[in-house]
Amino acid sequence: MKFSQSPAVKTGLSIAVATGLYGISFGALAVASGLGFWQTVALSALMFTGGSQFAFIGVVAGGGAGSAAFGAATLLGIRNIIYGMQMNSMARPTGWRKAAAAHVTIDESTATAVVQEDLREVRRGFWTAGLGIFILWNLFTVAGALLGDALGDPKAWGLDGAAVAAFLALLWPRLASRDPVAIAVVCAVATVLAVPFVPPGVPILIAALVAGVWGWIGHQGNQARA
Amino acid sequence: MSLWWWILAACVVAYLSKLSGYLVPARILDKPRMGRVAGTLTIGLLASLTAVNTFANGQELVLDARIGALLAAGIALLLRAPFLAVVIVGAVAAALLRLAGMP
Repeated sequence: MKFSQSPAVKTGLSIAVATGLYGISFGALAVASGLGFWQTVALSALMFTGGSQFAFIGVVAGGGAGSAAFGAATLLGIRNIIYGMQMNSMARPTGWRKAAAAHVTIDESTATAVVQEDLREVRRGFWTAGLGIFILWNLFTVAGALLGDALGDPKAWGLDGAAVAAFLALLWPRLASRDPVAIAVVCAVATVLAVPFVPPGVPILIAALVAGVWGWIGHQGNQARA
Repeated sequence: MSLWWWILAACVVAYLSKLSGYLVPARILDKPRMGRVAGTLTIGLLASLTAVNTFANGQELVLDARIGALLAAGIALLLRAPFLAVVIVGAVAAALLRLAGMP
């Protein structure tokens, strides 16, 4: 099969465009939350995992400490360990490719790769989505960070609504059966109940603890896979 | 300056998390309990982030235009809209509600 006709490449490219453009929202929100231009650019280039980046600036925007932002971002990045394990066994990168693959191991590149049938398509899907998103995400982060000031209050443009929608859209495909829905509802309720009583960022950690315990003691056959 | 250190530390740990997955023997993943914890943790974190971004303003719980963004995004997802469309729908809903005077 030619590269240009590969279904994995097509999926990877469309996910890259959809996700990469969203970098403009991250750039604008990061600057609005009080981060500098270079701090915003550094998060997209070096951290490069959307959920953790939004968690970091979300805590900062809510007046949380740098340590709380670090904790929230790190906890959200834990799922990337699992993605790395999956991609290691499926795409089997070696040498320097392993180090490069790790950096672009995120929700979208893993999701694109795991649904492919053979090794070549797995690799094509993973690298197309991973590198495509990396390039676009960083370009649009810069655009968002520069436009952020010119745009004025991002709330007037609904950018905080965009963040809500993005997290719901990331969660949505995982709510395929009853158990995941129950976990999501319980964790959302735990979060809301915790907000008034603990510093910003901590409610997310409480929800993570609830979810982790749920998974640890859950019954056999509960298929709540990442 | 201290925020810079937290940013760089978070970036280093984020990369090491990703890399550590590649250094783990593949058979560990076969343990059902670890797979389950990873799955529930991801769902719980995303649900919590959705809730925080919808209802929290610092340590305050508020009902503002973001609830409209959540509902609009939910409808878009029910209609099987692609990711980018859902994000745009959320932004437009919040922007329109603010234009209409909602906080």
